Order: sequence, then structure tokens, then C-alpha cells
Amino acid sequence: MLPAVSNKSFGLFFSAGFLLAALTGAIGLGWLREPRQYRTDPPISAALEGFRLMPNAIGGAPPEVYFALGKPYEGTAYDLSQGKRLYSWFGCASCHGEGEGGAGPAFLDGWWLYGPSMVSIVASIRDGRPHDMPAFRDKMTIDQIWQLAGYVKSIGAYSAKLTAPSRNDAPQTRPAENRAPAAILFNEGSASVHPDQGPSP
Amino acid sequence: MTIEPGRSAATDAGPNEAELERRLTQTWSSQRGFWGAVASVDHKVIARRYIVTALVFLALGGLLALAMRIQLARPEARFIDADRYNQIFTMHGSNMMFLFAVPVMEAMAVYLVPLMVGTRNIAFPRLNAFSYWIFLAGGLLLWISFALDTAPDVGWFAYAPLSGPEYGAGKRADIWAQMITFTELSALAIAVEIVVTVLKQRAPGMSLDRIPLLVWSMLVMASLVIMAMPAIMFASSTLIMDRLVGTQFYNPAEGGDALLWQHLFWFFGHPEVYIIFLPAVGMVSTILPTFVRRPIFGYLPLVMALIATGVLAFGLWVHHMFVVGLPRLGESFFTASSMAIAIPAGIQIFCWLATLWAGRPVFKVPLLFLIGFIVTFVIGGLTGVMVASVPFDSQVHDTYFVVAHFHYVLIGGAVFPLIAAIYYWFPKMTGRMMSERLGRWAFWLIFIGFHVTFFPMHILGLQGMPRRIYTYQPDLPWGTLNLFVSLSSVVLSLGFLIFFIDIIRSWSSGRPAGENPWNASTLEWATGSPPPPYNFRAIPVVDTRDPLWSQPDELPVTSGLRSDRRELLISSVVEALPEARESSPQDSVWPFWAAIATSIMLIWSIFSPWAIVWGSVPIAVTLIGWFWPKGAAEDES
Amino acid sequence: MKAARAALPISMLLSGCGGIQSALDPQGHSAILLRDLILVIVAICSLVWLAVMIVLVWALLRRRDREPGDGQGSDRGMRIWVSGAVAATVLIISGLTIGSFYTTRGLNGAKNPDVTIRVRAQQWWWQFIYEDTDPARNFQTANELHIPVGKEVRVRLESVDVIHSFWVPSLAGKLDLIPGRENVLTFRAERSGVYRGQCAEFCGLQHSHMAFFIIAESEESYRQWAGAQRQSGAEPVEAETSAGKAVFAARQCAACHTIRGTAAAGTTGPDLTHIGSRRTIAAGLLENTRGSLAAWIADPQTLKPGNNMPIVPLSSDELRQLSAYMESLK
Repeated sequence: MLPAVSNKSFGLFFSAGFLLAALTGAIGLGWLREPRQYRTDPPISAALEGFRLMPNAIGGAPPEVYFALGKPYEGTAYDLSQGKRLYSWFGCASCHGEGEGGAGPAFLDGWWLYGPSMVSIVASIRDGRPHDMPAFRDKMTIDQIWQLAGYVKSIGAYSAKLTAPSRNDAPQTRPAENRAPAAILFNEGSASVHPDQGPSP
Repeated sequence: MTIEPGRSAATDAGPNEAELERRLTQTWSSQRGFWGAVASVDHKVIARRYIVTALVFLALGGLLALAMRIQLARPEARFIDADRYNQIFTMHGSNMMFLFAVPVMEAMAVYLVPLMVGTRNIAFPRLNAFSYWIFLAGGLLLWISFALDTAPDVGWFAYAPLSGPEYGAGKRADIWAQMITFTELSALAIAVEIVVTVLKQRAPGMSLDRIPLLVWSMLVMASLVIMAMPAIMFASSTLIMDRLVGTQFYNPAEGGDALLWQHLFWFFGHPEVYIIFLPAVGMVSTILPTFVRRPIFGYLPLVMALIATGVLAFGLWVHHMFVVGLPRLGESFFTASSMAIAIPAGIQIFCWLATLWAGRPVFKVPLLFLIGFIVTFVIGGLTGVMVASVPFDSQVHDTYFVVAHFHYVLIGGAVFPLIAAIYYWFPKMTGRMMSERLGRWAFWLIFIGFHVTFFPMHILGLQGMPRRIYTYQPDLPWGTLNLFVSLSSVVLSLGFLIFFIDIIRSWSSGRPAGENPWNASTLEWATGSPPPPYNFRAIPVVDTRDPLWSQPDELPVTSGLRSDRRELLISSVVEALPEARESSPQDSVWPFWAAIATSIMLIWSIFSPWAIVWGSVPIAVTLIGWFWPKGAAEDES
Repeated sequence: MKAARAALPISMLLSGCGGIQSALDPQGHSAILLRDLILVIVAICSLVWLAVMIVLVWALLRRRDREPGDGQGSDRGMRIWVSGAVAATVLIISGLTIGSFYTTRGLNGAKNPDVTIRVRAQQWWWQFIYEDTDPARNFQTANELHIPVGKEVRVRLESVDVIHSFWVPSLAGKLDLIPGRENVLTFRAERSGVYRGQCAEFCGLQHSHMAFFIIAESEESYRQWAGAQRQSGAEPVEAETSAGKAVFAARQCAACHTIRGTAAAGTTGPDLTHIGSRRTIAAGLLENTRGSLAAWIADPQTLKPGNNMPIVPLSSDELRQLSAYMESLK
């Protein structure tokens, strides 16, 4: 009886194909890889404090350790979702709403009073800003502040990150961050933009 | 179309048998080389691939289990961290259920059913090829994600809201949900093929009451797949939608319901157990007669029990949810229905015992595993009766008692018969016998290793040890037993190691088997080992349940199928009277491309809903290639 | 901080706290009924298994003098035996169904419980709110329940995030806590003692470290305890504990934790008003000593990775003062 397929050549090609498929898959999924850092080493935390702000307190240079870590707070899903929990735990919504603003400025309108850089946002949260933005220096640890800043940045992003958080199990007020609510609301016009609401620096 | 009892002169094909075999081989065999192998639609080739792949997943899943046992051997061990451990137990469960147990059972069906019903290929053979590639892609997706530390960490049941958008950060849960889609798709494809093959392609004379019990069990299993899998496909799709586009299926704050997930999941998840178990039952009922030298006792009750199990399987999903706070009436109903499943199970056990009683047992390795199966599965069935009681379950639900219970059912009830089946049909598939000596070693190590590993878990559960914990504290009284269980698991793995070694060794250098080494009674033994690409030189005619025992020398055959084209004999559903000649598709690489296009679409849809739209285009292209008419004359009769 | 961590022997870090957690050692009304049911069912099932095994061994090893299947006679005999066995199966499972039905009925608690406690489970700790007819007398605790022996206790189970399961095997069977629903469980401790419970539904990263203790005590000591729990947190008297209080208020602690009677009113983490009186910290992870408190505060992410308490940078003096203050909150 002839075997249906010549086993040897098939086995060889098959293993090669299998390996190739696995490699392709690995490359495809590779950029998904996001190691979760549950514990921030105290020396790293200390280094995360060491960003340099411009004299006008808008923009600046992140600490080198941030790049060494691979900019986790903007990119990894775990940190962003932790940021989202911190947003509600620390009462950010009482002034900023779900990003539409209120007593404080909106995040959804694409207008960042102190610039859109992570360093500015971290500085705003840590040190506070004029017109009643409190300092969270003594309420949150620095790695939490970075997580929260990354999340706040993702609310206002025009194109959604793949790693941005999805909706919460709560009443829905706007599309979730992974649907780029800012872009949707921006396209709808400036309904959420109230020039009077945000105090200028 | 004529039917001639007695040896047929190959009226349709040529002057003599050798010439007929040459022509049939030319017609039915695949091209050589890589693309020939990829394009093959021979059910035996595909099933062999399927079985080997599933066994690889079994070995990988076993390694995960060992890793968990190392971690649990000591309290507060730091061998694996919590995050990795959660990924590992999720992988172990998902891998064993979706990538090993269901596929391997279906693969056995793909190999054996066409041979046992006496046809030349399975129905829809290209779909069959497609199904394998999809299954492989799903398995790769899961295991690559594990290698990259992005594996799902929500349990194989992925309860919302833990797997939902708020608590399942990243793409981990999506990968799980989409892996489900892959494996369900491949399972559904095979289920359809099996149902059609069994109902329409049986050899003339094989009326419904003469079908081998394995074929019956595969028919019931395939029907269960067709009815149960849509529930999980719906569940996993809605989960992805909740996570990706913000639908509210499982969000109580917007009118969704977290429990909806559990209902959908277990409406599939319970029949899933029988999807794995029923084929095993069929294997037992088919292998047992061979080794007791007597037909099975109680064919009709066994068939009825199979069907009854299949029907009841849909009425007990809630017993996985006994502690969610059910209304009293629901509790009573599902207690009663869960208990009732013991009746068909009991009928089967009693019929096998009666068969053993009346027969003359020949203690070869397959029979050893069948005896191990009865000993073990009865324990699993009885602990199943225990957890069917709501108050009993409230103390053992989600504890190691349940872990022990379902390993008794799944390893004792399905893997033991599967190993028996592999020892039994290995000569048919490869033409070589497996080693009797290694087989005995494997049996005793697996049997003893299994019981010393899993029996203590019952006690651990009653002592309050919950499932899915990555560690426990030293002052809890579980340390000694856990260490014992971990050590025992080494014995169990050693048994499996010997089993795998035996497979690899025998494949290349086992003793040649011949057509019917066990002197068995069913049709697959009426052709060469391994069977030629066309399965049977002439389609046999059947007039008893055990054709090779009632007519050991001369098997009547039909003739009339062409040998220069792939043709099958179509017969009627009940009586299996010949109805028509039907052409069977040629080899094609298009199912392979279609599977790749489908995989791209499915994986892409984890990231963007637009994948459904744009990803469909390449699928459509490949499907056009797949169904492109070749201008061959078809269905002329 | 490093020094403080190194000073703690690892065994002390890891040792939790005793307490029974076994369905086979029942100390509560429901658990006793369940234990009896478990024993009866296990006994019946063991007999069934034994019977099947006897038949199996007999079938395999019996002497065979005649040819197998040599006539209708033996087939008919087997048919009778199989039918009888199926009938016995039906009888047994009917009996078990009825038995479990009556056990369920026996589990029903009294209509008017003596104590009602709201349980809010969250990743990965237990919030217990004692409810009083007068809401001003409500108080809450974490990971530790005190109940009066012999009294009906009703727990109202709700979940803040994902599904958890409330299970104290020595007192009662488990019941899930499901977001968007409320389940109610009633139980009664028959003997005083310390009973350990644990989350029994997989709830994420630290599911393994989500335990709690139920302390069943006499009515009188229960009242005493409840009275003490209603008080505000103890005022520090020593210099060290006062300094600890100041650290608590000034640093990140107060943003998540409440200590009644102080400005600290965070609600994300457990209420610490009387943490010094509890037997364990971190949901049953560590025995409550000053050393383990210091270890926990210094590095919660090593002891329970992924939990929601961050590593707060503290000097070793601050850490010492803070843990002294925590310990003084009896």
C-alpha cells in the first residue's frame, strides 16, 4: 500500500511551516507583549520623581528611567487600567467629570492648558496648578501619579491606543477610551469645548 | 448500480484486483511533496495530523500541570508568581478542553467513522482540511500568547466581569475568547461532516441498528457539538464586543447581567463534558467485545443511553452555578436532572459488566485501560452524583473536591478509553503494533499515579482548600497532602512519558500488524493497515452488527463505483439502501488559504471591529477559489 | 526600610493565623447538617462503588467452564441482573435527591436575624458593615467578623467589582457575591471559636490571599467588642505613636484609609480605626504584630503582589512610628 503522502518530506516541510507560522504569530503578537510591573522598586520610584520641568511649568524632560522602563505608563494596558481606577478612587471626576470637565478643564476637547506631554500632566497632578487644582503629592505615590497621568492622556487621545481601557461596568456617559471619545466628540464639533471653563495659566 | 453478494469481479474498473488497486490509488492518493500534503483531503491524513497535534497539546498541558504541582507542593512557594500561575491554570484548562480533549475525540471520529461505515472518504473533505488548519491556528494563538506572557489569566470559564472590559486589562481575555472561536469553528465543521457521513455514506445494509457503537457515539457527540457550540460562540463574541466596542451584555449597570455569561457558558460547558465523554463510551463499547471474544451485551440499551445522555446534557448546566443564589424551584429541578444523568451512565456500566461477565477476557493493554476506566469512572460518576446535590455542592463547589471529581471523569472517563483506543487502533493507523511490555508499564504507572494524585484532592477539598489558588499559608492543614499529591503527579507523568515513548518508538519500529491483529469484528479491520488512500477496494455489504465475525472469510461487496474518479456510495438514512453515486472532491490548497484568511480576520478582530468587514474580503477570495467549478462531470447518476 | 524588612524573620512574615476551615469540622448549625448529608451520601456512594468493583473483579476472574454466550439462558439472566441494577440506581438517586431537598429546607434560617452584616467583597479583601436600626450606630471592619454564639447572623452579600464567594466551611456552605445582585446567607455558630473563611470564586490576581476570620464569642463579649468598634480610633499617648499619627495624616495613607476621629477618611482601602484589635492584616495574610505591620507597610507589593496598596516611601523612623500607631489602634 502506498501511503497517501510521503511522510518524510511532509514531516520536514510541515515542521518548517509550523515553525514559520509560529514565528509569524510571535512577531504579530510580539508588540502586544506588555510585562506587568506590579511592584515599582523604591529606587525607580525615586527616579520617577526626577523629571525636569521647563521654567514656565509647561513641558519638560521625563527622567531617564522612564525611557529605560520602556515608557510603560502611556502604553501598557495594565498601567492604563490602573490609572483609570485611580481616576475614580481619587475623585478626579468631581472636577473633571468623565473627561468632559466641570469645575476643572475638560480632557476631551484636545486643549491642554499646560501642554499634552506626560511630564506636564504628572507635574499638574503632583504639584497642583493655579485655580484650585490640588497637589496630589501627599495623596498618591509617584508611580500612581504616572499611571494616572497616562490614563488622563489617553482620555484626550484623538486616535485610540490599542491598550487603552475599555468601558467600565457602570452607567455609560461617553464612549470608552479605546473608542477615542475625544476624536468622536471633536468631530461632532466643539460642544464640549467651553472657553470660559478653563482658567488660563 | 448493482449489488452482488459474494466476491465481486471489479466490473467497474478493470480486469483484475491489482489493476483496480493501481487505478484507485492513482485516483485517491495525494500529490507528493509539501503542497501535496497541504492540499490533501484524505480523512486519514488529516485525522492523523489532528491526533498528533492534539497529543502534543496534551503533553504541553501536562507540563503546565506539573508546574502547578511544583508550585503547590509547599505553602507560600515562590516557584511561580501569582500572575504566571493564573495564566498557567487558565492555559491548562483551556488547552486540555479545547485543544486536546474535544479535537482528539473528533479526530478519532474523522479517522474511524468513514472506515467503520465502509466509505472511501468523509463527507465534505475540504471542510475537514480547513478545520484542521483553523484548529492549528487557534492552538498557536494560545500558546504563542503564553510564550509572550500575554496568555489569558481569567480561568478556562472566563467569568464576566473578571474577563470583562473593566477588570481584564490588555488583550489576554480577547485571546482566550478568540481561541474559543477558532476551536469551535473547527469542531463545528467536523461535527457536520460526521453527521452527514454517518447518515448518508454507510455501506449497503448497515441499517441504523447495525452501526458500530463508536459510530453511534460519534453521531450523538456531533449532534451535541452542533447544538452546544453556538452558545459559546455567542458568549465569546459578545464578550469581545463588550471589551472592544463597549456593548453592555455583561454590565449590570446598563441592564446587562454578569450571570448571563455563566448561563451561556455552561449551556455549552456541560454538554462539552459529554462531547468528550460520549466518544470515550463508544470506544469502550467497541473495544471491549474484541477482548472478551463476544458481542456487546445490550446494544439497544447502550444506544438509548447514549441518546438519553445527549438529551439530558442540555438540562443540567445550572449545576455549575449552584452557589450563585438560585431560586429554590430551580435548585430542585437541576438537582433532579443532574442526578438523573446517573441512570444512562449506570446502564452503560452494567452492560459492560455483563459483557465482561459473559465473555472470556484477554488481558491485553487495551483491556487493562478499559478496566482502569471502569474502576476510575465509577468513582467520578459517584462524586458527580454528590455534587449534583445543592447542599453538598455548597460545601465543595470550587474546591479541590471538584478538581478531583472532574479529573476522575475526564481522565478516568475519557483519557483512559482514549489510551486504550490508541493502543487498539494504532496498528490500523500505522501498520505497526505498540509494545505490550511498555504498555503494561504505562498502564500501571498511569493508573496508580492517577489515583494517588487525584484521590487526596477530594480530602483537600473537604478540608476547605479552594481551587485556583496559587499558594496557601503554612498554618493551613493542607501542606502534607499537597506535597504527597505533587510527588504522586511525578508517577503519573512518568506513565504518560512511557506512553509517548511507546508511540514514537512503535511508529518507526513496531512489529508489523497485518490487517486484523486483534481479530476484531468491525469494518475498519477489513482493509489494509494502514488503509490505502481509497480505504476499500470495493465497498463492503453488511448484514450483521459484527460483520467480520459472522463472515470471517468472505465479506460480500458491492461494485459500480468508478475507479478513475473519486466516487462515494450514498445510502438511505435508516436502512442504508444504496441511493446514488456521489463524487468526492479532489485535493485542494484552497482550504489552507481560506483557513489562513479566516485566522487573520479572527485575530485582527481582537483589535478592531473593522476586521470583520475588511478581513472578509480575502476570505471571500479564498472561498471562490475553493468552490471554483473545475468542469468535471459530477453527479451524473 | 531595608533594615526593617531584613530584621523580620521570614517565617513570621508568612505565618498567618490559626482557625478552622474545614467542612468536616463543623461548628455551625448549617455546617453540621451539611456534614451529616456529606457523610451519608459518601457512605452510600462508597457502597455502590464497592458493589460494582466486586462484580467487576468477579466477572474478570470467575472460572469459565462453558463457552461464552452459549445460549439465551445466560443472556436472559444478565438482562434481569442489569434491569435490577438500573432499578436500584433509580431508587438510590431518588433517595439522594429527596435527602438533599430536605437538607436544603433545614438550612433555612430564622426570619428575624439577631445580627445583620453587609459584606462588600472587593479585590482582594472583605469589607464588613455592621448595620443597626440606628444608622449612626453602624460601624465597619475589614477581614474580621465578630458574631455572638448561638444567634442567627444574616450576611447581605454584595460585590464591589468582580464575582467573589463567601465561604466559611466550618459554619455554612458558600454563596457567591455578584455585582449587580444581592445574596443573603443566614448562619449560626454553635460553639465559640475562630473560623477561617476564604474567597472561593476566582477573582483575579490575589484570589489566594483573600481570607477572613469569623470570631464567634459569647453575647457579652460580642457586645463589648461592638461597643468598642463604634468608638473613634484611640488617641495616641506615647511620643512614638503620636508621631505615627502625624505620618499617617501627612502621607499617602489617609487618602485611602479611614481612621474615625481623625482627618483620614479615604474609602478605597480597609477602615483602620481599630486595626490594632484585629488578628490579621492584609486579608488574613499576616498575623497582626508590629513587625508584620511594618513589613506590610514597607513593601505590600512583595508580600501580596498586585494588590492596590502602593509602596509608600518612608524613612525607617517614619515606618517605626507608623506601625506603632497602627498597633495602638486597639
